[in-house]
Amino acid sequence: MLYREAGQYKSTYRGDQAIFPIAQDRFGLFVLLAVAFVAVPLVANEYWLRSILVPFLVYSLAALGLNILTGYAGQVSLGSAGFMAVGAFAAYNLAIRLDLPFYVYLPLAGLITAAVGIVFGLPSLRIKGFYLVVTTLAAHFFIEWIFTKVPWFTNYTPSGVISAPTMVLAGIVLDSPMERYLVTLVIVALLTLAAKNMVRSAIGRAWMAVRDMDVAAEIIGIPMLKTKLLAFAISSFYLGIAGALWAFVYLGAVDAQAFDLARAFQILFMIIIGGLGSILGSFLGAGFIVLLPIAITNLAALFGGAIHANTLANLEHVVFGSLIVIFLIVEPYGLARLWQIGKEKLRLWPFPH
Amino acid sequence: MDWLFFTKVLIGGLLSGVMYSLVALGYVLIFKASGVFNFAQGALVLFAALTFVSIVEGFGSKAPGDLVFWIAMVLTLVAMVAVAIGTERFVLRPLVNQPLIVLFMATLGLNNFLEGAAQGIWGNDVHRLEIGISERPIDVLAALGLSATPSRAASTSGPPAASAPTAATAAAPAEEGTSPDDEEIKIEVVETGPVVAQSGLLVSQFDLFAAATAGLLVTSLALFFNYTRIGRALRAVADDHQAALSVGIPLQHVWAIVWAAAGLVALVAGLLWGSRLGVQFSLSLVVLKALPVLIVGGFTSIAGAIVGGLVIGATEKLAEVYVGPLIGGAIENWFPYAVATLFLLYRPQGLFGEKIIERV
Repeated sequence: MLYREAGQYKSTYRGDQAIFPIAQDRFGLFVLLAVAFVAVPLVANEYWLRSILVPFLVYSLAALGLNILTGYAGQVSLGSAGFMAVGAFAAYNLAIRLDLPFYVYLPLAGLITAAVGIVFGLPSLRIKGFYLVVTTLAAHFFIEWIFTKVPWFTNYTPSGVISAPTMVLAGIVLDSPMERYLVTLVIVALLTLAAKNMVRSAIGRAWMAVRDMDVAAEIIGIPMLKTKLLAFAISSFYLGIAGALWAFVYLGAVDAQAFDLARAFQILFMIIIGGLGSILGSFLGAGFIVLLPIAITNLAALFGGAIHANTLANLEHVVFGSLIVIFLIVEPYGLARLWQIGKEKLRLWPFPH
Repeated sequence: MDWLFFTKVLIGGLLSGVMYSLVALGYVLIFKASGVFNFAQGALVLFAALTFVSIVEGFGSKAPGDLVFWIAMVLTLVAMVAVAIGTERFVLRPLVNQPLIVLFMATLGLNNFLEGAAQGIWGNDVHRLEIGISERPIDVLAALGLSATPSRAASTSGPPAASAPTAATAAAPAEEGTSPDDEEIKIEVVETGPVVAQSGLLVSQFDLFAAATAGLLVTSLALFFNYTRIGRALRAVADDHQAALSVGIPLQHVWAIVWAAAGLVALVAGLLWGSRLGVQFSLSLVVLKALPVLIVGGFTSIAGAIVGGLVIGATEKLAEVYVGPLIGGAIENWFPYAVATLFLLYRPQGLFGEKIIERV
């Protein structure tokens, strides 16, 4: 009864193509954005902004990028951390060498990452499935190696770790947690809107056709080269921006070690748990993975006081691994699917039929 | 070009490739029988090695070394079988008929679980593992000239690559004298014998032992797959789950058996890698070394795992020595993957993989 589309007629083509055709969805989104933009900055303290909300947003963006490639276009990739590193280093070099403002070098870094993504996406035209995973791993290790071995990228810093330049907007240096949160939020919101529109347009449908069966997709006339490479390019664009934000906004330092293989797996887990092929799922998965370690730590503290850090890490691994398996068994389509089911239930509630 | 040096590097590479093959074998087994790419193989290796070491250390010096070795071996095998049955019951069975990618992700979860569990149970410390084979190098040419029959020695004058398999066969009889002490003694004899001209072609005993073990494993697995009832059932399941079920092959048992076999392979790999690197968390990362091996060899071929290992090991070491210095070094991490990608572009199913035929 609460979530019912009855009586909401679509009488125009525009209305039929609306991004959120149901009024309750529009209202819900409005509330969500109001909370994110107004309520959170008013309420949240520095710890929440800096250590939870900003990483959550950046992770969501990265998960969104990988979800486009893996969830929508069906090309499983473990190169996501590598592409994030490309974005971070591209942004750094654009910032210090060309002295550009951040709203220019950030998209540029994304474009550079997209170009790199296209190059490493080329094998996908011939290689599929698990074999493709391995070629994306090749991309990851190659990128990791080049950033640690070629000193030009780190501007000849001896340690290889460099602090990120400050971000300035209209004369104001963005360095308080609040400002950083808002900048990230705006970028994530804009890119999410773009992604949502992409996946419901022709290119999104082409990706899904390729995911479901690429041979069949090719036969009905979907250009494989364009579709697959576009998936790699757009996914890498998102990952590149996420990587730049991770380095500039969250860490405040550009470091190849921050983008290791564990990070790639983390992002993959996010989209599995959140839901493959779902925009909402990327956010739910990112939230889950950011909050889980905090929840485990707090729960452990509740039960047995201080637990040794190693034990905690192991516990986290075990819980994490079992949760993934449980999720796959109970709900292979992830948290987003649970949300879907919840909405179905809400249509009828509180009536039985 | 210094050919002796080249040969040395090549043989070193081939032998380290065999170590990669050992890990890759575990993947091939599971892929062959269920079409799942089992990412948890690395965690299995870690789990097996940690369990083994902890049992050995638990006994301390209360029992003679040999006895402890075998008791630990048996107990670890029991543990691996338990893991296999548990995996089948709680991970694979509920996921029957799911797309392969879901199964792959499940093994990622299993990987996390096993890594956490292994270290949660046995602790995070680095353990030393002694299996009684020294890393001391032996002079291959000298050893062959001394201990081998003339016909075998003749083969050393052939192309350099040929000497590695010959060396492996020479070490094989020693391997059959099951106790590690026997091995020690045999090699001792070789070394104290009259010294034939020093050729400078030194090969670590340990590597030879590893090569022999890998050879033995591959042979026995191939025989098992081809000539036993269970092996036939395994191949049937690999071909078509549903058809196999319909003729009455118990899918559950077959999967449990395959995972147990993969556990056995993991134990062997864990012991060999563990005694070289120490038993610690990084052991589970040998997975990353085994992946390109799999790619080159193909996911479905046991022989391919070995050949792939040799190819990757040799090219990796040669590239590190000859190309590495030109472009900054430490290329061992990504070079195998580049090789694997090139192989894939030429043959998308690997060297020995089954041809992929897609139907709409």
